[in-house]
Amino acid sequence: MTQSGQAGLKVLIADDTNTDRLILESIVKKEGHRVVSARDGEEAVAAFQRERPDVVLLDALMPKLDGFGAARQIKALAGEALVPIIFLTSLTDTESLVECLDAGGDDFLSKPYNRFILQAKIKAFNRMREMHATMLAQRDQIARHNDHLMQEQAVAKQVFDNIAHTGCLDASNVKHYLSPLAVFNGDVLVAAIRPAGSMIVLLGDFTGHGLPAAIGAMPLASTFYGMAQKGFTLTDILREINQKLKAILPVGVFCCATIVDINFRKQRLKVWNGGLPDCFLLRCDSGEVEAIRSTHLPLGVLANKDFKDDCKHFELNPGDRLYMWSDGIHEARNSAGEMFGEDRLKATFADNRDPEQLFEQILGRVQGFIGDGERDDDLSLIEVKVELPQGFESRERDACAGEGQGLVEWSLDFEVKQASFRFFDPLPVLLNILVEVPGLRQHSGTLYTILSELYSNALEHGVLGLDSKLKSTPQGFSEYYQLRAKCLEQSGRGFVRFHFSHATADDGGSLTIRVTDSGPGFDHAAKIGGDQPLKGYSGRGIPLIRTLCRSLQYLGNGNQVEVVFCWDNDSWGAPP
Amino acid sequence: MAAQNPVDSETLATLKEVMEGDFQLLIDTFTSDADQRLTDLRELLARRDAGQLRACAHSFKGSCSNIGAPQLAQLCARVEDKAAVGELDVEPLLDAIEREYGAVREALAGL
Repeated sequence: MTQSGQAGLKVLIADDTNTDRLILESIVKKEGHRVVSARDGEEAVAAFQRERPDVVLLDALMPKLDGFGAARQIKALAGEALVPIIFLTSLTDTESLVECLDAGGDDFLSKPYNRFILQAKIKAFNRMREMHATMLAQRDQIARHNDHLMQEQAVAKQVFDNIAHTGCLDASNVKHYLSPLAVFNGDVLVAAIRPAGSMIVLLGDFTGHGLPAAIGAMPLASTFYGMAQKGFTLTDILREINQKLKAILPVGVFCCATIVDINFRKQRLKVWNGGLPDCFLLRCDSGEVEAIRSTHLPLGVLANKDFKDDCKHFELNPGDRLYMWSDGIHEARNSAGEMFGEDRLKATFADNRDPEQLFEQILGRVQGFIGDGERDDDLSLIEVKVELPQGFESRERDACAGEGQGLVEWSLDFEVKQASFRFFDPLPVLLNILVEVPGLRQHSGTLYTILSELYSNALEHGVLGLDSKLKSTPQGFSEYYQLRAKCLEQSGRGFVRFHFSHATADDGGSLTIRVTDSGPGFDHAAKIGGDQPLKGYSGRGIPLIRTLCRSLQYLGNGNQVEVVFCWDNDSWGAPP
Repeated sequence: MAAQNPVDSETLATLKEVMEGDFQLLIDTFTSDADQRLTDLRELLARRDAGQLRACAHSFKGSCSNIGAPQLAQLCARVEDKAAVGELDVEPLLDAIEREYGAVREALAGL
């Protein structure tokens, strides 16, 4: 290997004087190098091509082709590789020396030759040659890595675009701007029209840059579109995304986000802002701007039990405009390193005379401000103009009309028979179906409580005929459960039957649950009269169910109970 | 000209060390080169070819200095310088070179 150490280099010596060449050959060989000899410039070039020596020693004045011409050709042949050329010369005038350098010479050795100086020069140039080779190799490696990275980014962007597509960002009342590679700066913008007709828009900004910032955008977008299309509410979507991000993102990576639901029919706006700059609501009539502050922690920080999904509500009028942005706008820097800042943003709003031009003005001012300054390339901006429901168009809106909107029209009968009572718990199965209903997911805890009370009443008091009075003393309590276990072992024709039916409203719905058991029933009119609270009829959880449901009534001979649970996607907390 | 030693013993000692077994080959090569150079110089002068005369003297100067014959190298340098400016009255210098070379060859042969 000529690369390692000073020994073992291949040295080309070109000199037309036999005496001088002989001396040089001996000096070079004595150092352990191999020698290739040439007697004129033409031979030297041919030998270089053939042997690819590591160092070249060239006499300046030679027949046929002189040292200058040979040096030029050799340097051209060497290309990017560094092949040190040392001129052998007894020329001493400056002009000749300059000519040597111009031709590509790296150094001189004058006659009479000094063995030690020549050896030192070969060593020094070999070190330089090795460094140059290392640098070239590393440069090529960096270039290859960079190519690879760019290719990966292109593929990743393609995948991301397929997942995040543009949703309803094409709607005629929406203007948006995302820098070309904004996804690799962690910005994500998704928008969809829910089956009920409202528009949901989410603008997110993941911490960090590059792939780590972009990767969280994938599950965010797929969750967003999957759920919005099925008609899940803003809160459902928000909670699901938060939980997903919390589970998959490493500590310290999270997503500042603003999510809005614009109900064009009711002319209402719901906003949740977790960590993004204030969004602006520009009023059409007064020209005033309402800033909507962040009041939450970003997505992916809190576990769902601590997560707060309360939103701010605004009444809207046609012509109002909502502006959302990531901090790329505020932090855009000019060549002096100064940031665009909120004051300039506010001034842009104040200076505006025609709201139709405002979006372009904001973008124009920010880009004008950056000028030739360093482009951070993560400007994300969206404007949504409030219209009446038929006042705007979107491909997605047309596409989703009549499409599946999740579980919106259905009923279900489910019967558990005697042999299954001991081993089978119907509640998880039923709950799984119920949370597929748009809007019901957030109420799954309440539904579980209602169902479990109704089921245990039907099974224990209805089918098995156990007396709940037993449970009033500790002794009776354990007797009750012994009895229950015994009864369950018996065979028989008992059953508990569930019937669900569901009706949707514009922004909510009602779920009717009827539970029938195979038991003889009881005198419900006497025991649970009207709105009367429980009268010594312990257990049965009836008062609890009454607080959770709109209505509860026993039917027939008392082996049938029907409750109606209502919810409103626009309201928060317990349903009415 | 002062009776200086035509060859530099220190240079030759170094060469001997470097060349080892090839030392005699070096001496032989130098003498045959030099014989050719002398003939060439005379011929070029006869042809009044200043450019070639200059190049030839230059090359000869280089090998003389390498072999350790400083006076001979100096004479060559004077021919080179004159030829460079087109002064071709170098006949006496060529005679001097021939004499000096004779001394050098004798000294080398006696090593």
